[in-house]
Amino acid sequence: MDSLSALAHGFSVALTFQNLGLAFIGCFLGTIIGALPGLGPSNGVAILIPLAFTLGLPATPALILLTSVYYGAMYGGRISSILLNIPGDEPALMTTLDGYPMAKQGMAGEALALSGVASFVGSFFATWGLVFLAPQLVKVALLFGPAEYFALFTVAFATLGGIASRNQSKAALAAGLGLGIAMIGVDGQTGVPRFTFGEVHLYDGIDFLVAIVGLFALSEVFIFLEHRGTEKATGDSSGVKVGRSTVPWPMLKSTLPTMGRSTMIGFIAGVLPGAGASLGSFISYSLEKKLVDKDGTFGKGDPRGVAAPEAGNNAAAGGALVPMLALGVPGSGTTAVLLAMLLALNITPGPLLFQSNPDVVWGLIAALFIANFMLLFMNIPMVGIFVRVLLIPPRYLMPAVAMISFVGIYGISGSTFDLIVMVLFGVLGWGLRKLDVPLVPVILGVLLGNQMEANLRRAMTISDGDWTALFASPLSIGLWLFAFVGFVLPMIAGRFFRVKVKPAMAEEMDPD
Amino acid sequence: MNLFVTRLAATAVTLASLTVASFAAECIAPANPGGGWDFTCRQVGKSMQDLKLVDGTVQVTNMAGGGGGVAFAEVVNKRNDDGELIIAASSATSTRLAQGAFPGNTMDQVRWVASVGADYGIIAVAKDSPITTLPELMDMIKADPKSVSIAGGSAVGGWDHLKVLIAAKKAGIDDVRTIKYVAFDGGGEAVTQLLGGAVQAFTGDASEAKGFVDSGDIKVLAVLAPERLEGDFASFPTAKEQGIDAVGANWRGFYAPGGISDADYDKWVKAVGAVYDSEEWKATMAANGIAPLDLRGTEFEAFVKANIDEIAAISKEIGLIK
Repeated sequence: MDSLSALAHGFSVALTFQNLGLAFIGCFLGTIIGALPGLGPSNGVAILIPLAFTLGLPATPALILLTSVYYGAMYGGRISSILLNIPGDEPALMTTLDGYPMAKQGMAGEALALSGVASFVGSFFATWGLVFLAPQLVKVALLFGPAEYFALFTVAFATLGGIASRNQSKAALAAGLGLGIAMIGVDGQTGVPRFTFGEVHLYDGIDFLVAIVGLFALSEVFIFLEHRGTEKATGDSSGVKVGRSTVPWPMLKSTLPTMGRSTMIGFIAGVLPGAGASLGSFISYSLEKKLVDKDGTFGKGDPRGVAAPEAGNNAAAGGALVPMLALGVPGSGTTAVLLAMLLALNITPGPLLFQSNPDVVWGLIAALFIANFMLLFMNIPMVGIFVRVLLIPPRYLMPAVAMISFVGIYGISGSTFDLIVMVLFGVLGWGLRKLDVPLVPVILGVLLGNQMEANLRRAMTISDGDWTALFASPLSIGLWLFAFVGFVLPMIAGRFFRVKVKPAMAEEMDPD
Repeated sequence: MNLFVTRLAATAVTLASLTVASFAAECIAPANPGGGWDFTCRQVGKSMQDLKLVDGTVQVTNMAGGGGGVAFAEVVNKRNDDGELIIAASSATSTRLAQGAFPGNTMDQVRWVASVGADYGIIAVAKDSPITTLPELMDMIKADPKSVSIAGGSAVGGWDHLKVLIAAKKAGIDDVRTIKYVAFDGGGEAVTQLLGGAVQAFTGDASEAKGFVDSGDIKVLAVLAPERLEGDFASFPTAKEQGIDAVGANWRGFYAPGGISDADYDKWVKAVGAVYDSEEWKATMAANGIAPLDLRGTEFEAFVKANIDEIAAISKEIGLIK
């Protein structure tokens, strides 16, 4: 077992007092950064690069600090998703669907603790995957050409039905809206600007973080403003129940199979450079819903709906390190920053990295294990502190949310233009909530639309416009079949098990 | 709650003091973290700090948008006399200036400081490809343009695309618009697609491909440099040696706001020059496949001007601009 002895060597590199301290600081800062709306893992890592340089850290400790922040932010993103219905970063988007209803039912503590455990399971096993499977998985990533990526994104949209809303057509409208927003910007395949109205800020398209913070956080603030003066807005929160801050054993037991499946799916999605953590958590959630949601409890506070996306996105975070280390191809915004860091430290990622810099690679992997345990032990006791956010009266909480949103978005781009776009998205989100249109498919459209289009057009360029190229490999045929089954099966199954559903969205919308 | 807020505040204060306290210099990377401009800012900033050319650290600001256009407009309109500021630039900047993709902005509105190196273009194929020389590849394209898809990391009309067109033009392909170029998000993704077999050839910078060249996964057909590169790339022939006189250099360097004093301008030219002369920078260049390109002050300004004129001419020829 070469890998195991190499890993043991890695632990000998990573287990120094200084490195443990850095991992602790990284995990703590990461959790906070992840929880703040607008600040996600990629900003968190970017913010801390100067710190690593200032401290004059050598390669391995610097990477330990930054990957701890990365894993920490992936853990932290769920906190505001569950407590406030505002995703802390894009992979935590799906966690709002069941996490927030759980919090409203007085089970915020359980939801936070459960998602902490799910995050741990996801990233723990993904890190083992990184240890044993990295070289083999690189071959999987190479199987995906443009046609296969297009089919993969089709799977994501085909399984969208019924995920965020009981009303399929509203979900489809929302996804269409998101896809439309994704089209803004310079088209990479022709170099022509689309829907930019000569505005240079729009050339790179709409940053999905701006869209997420506007649609979720600011619209929440607008809804609060709308209800100002009424009892709903000003009423004190003494009656709020936060639940216990541990996971009851039966709940944990019932979610374990979910965590296992979601970890695998998330990990594979993470390994594919064009997919990433958001797709991982999304497909984990939608598959789990299709597999186990017999009573229609998903979307209303089902613990499995919290465990699936959290295990999925944390596993994807581990998976995304595979192409970064072994191919030098970043699978996500965060790994792009980590890659830049590696280059800045004169380490060339690529197929030879495992041989040429074993200290760095195995020290890093050992640090991931350490960070993982640290995060678990840090997060479970902190649940009791986090849930207290719910006890803050909305009249104090909402202004703070607005402030953090503005600071966070300004911090990303340093441009006031993005702030205006964010406010526009806030108004849009407020309008969509009034119309009961779900917001999650909008974000999915924005997140995945560009990649989906780009891959379709790449496939078409390569095949000279021959559409059959989309179905040319066994892998793409498999993905298309999967998409077809995912799209059609619920319609047929729905006829037999039609459950009378009360308009659940109306309750979900109220922010109190 | 109080504890949480206190901790949060403490974190914010620590972060603020660590990142804001000692700034005397700022480098704008006109893109998100992780790209080439970000690398240029961070790496040169780190060297300036290590060589004690600036007080404290060099703050790197990521100002993404418009392929660098947002940062360019911001510098011209709002920070025209900020003597503490430099902005990372490369061939991508001159390409967009040449194609009028920064609406209303021209190269005269800023002052060009110095280059820190060049990344020469390469054209490569997968290791098991039957093609072994650049003329062979060009002959295949001549015979049937549809048979070869070339992947690159820039958008259509971007530098990776233009490099291939320059080479094709020199190889005697008249209608370069028939060449199939597939745009990917960055050189890494494009190389991955080459390895996966989705495309037949790759165009990019030497530094992007270094990891794969070292491992033997890709075969470099030609380096688009005036003469052979040093170090690991020394064994690969230039296009010129193979009878195709094409050079494609992705230079990296900096510009500064247009309204700064000559003293501030000279300060920056000296500081960037000192980084270039340092052993540390030479090691960085060697490790990342960056070739020497040492142009400072007015010399650099003239180079950028010539670069923009050249790109404008090709872009017109292939109909990208009128």
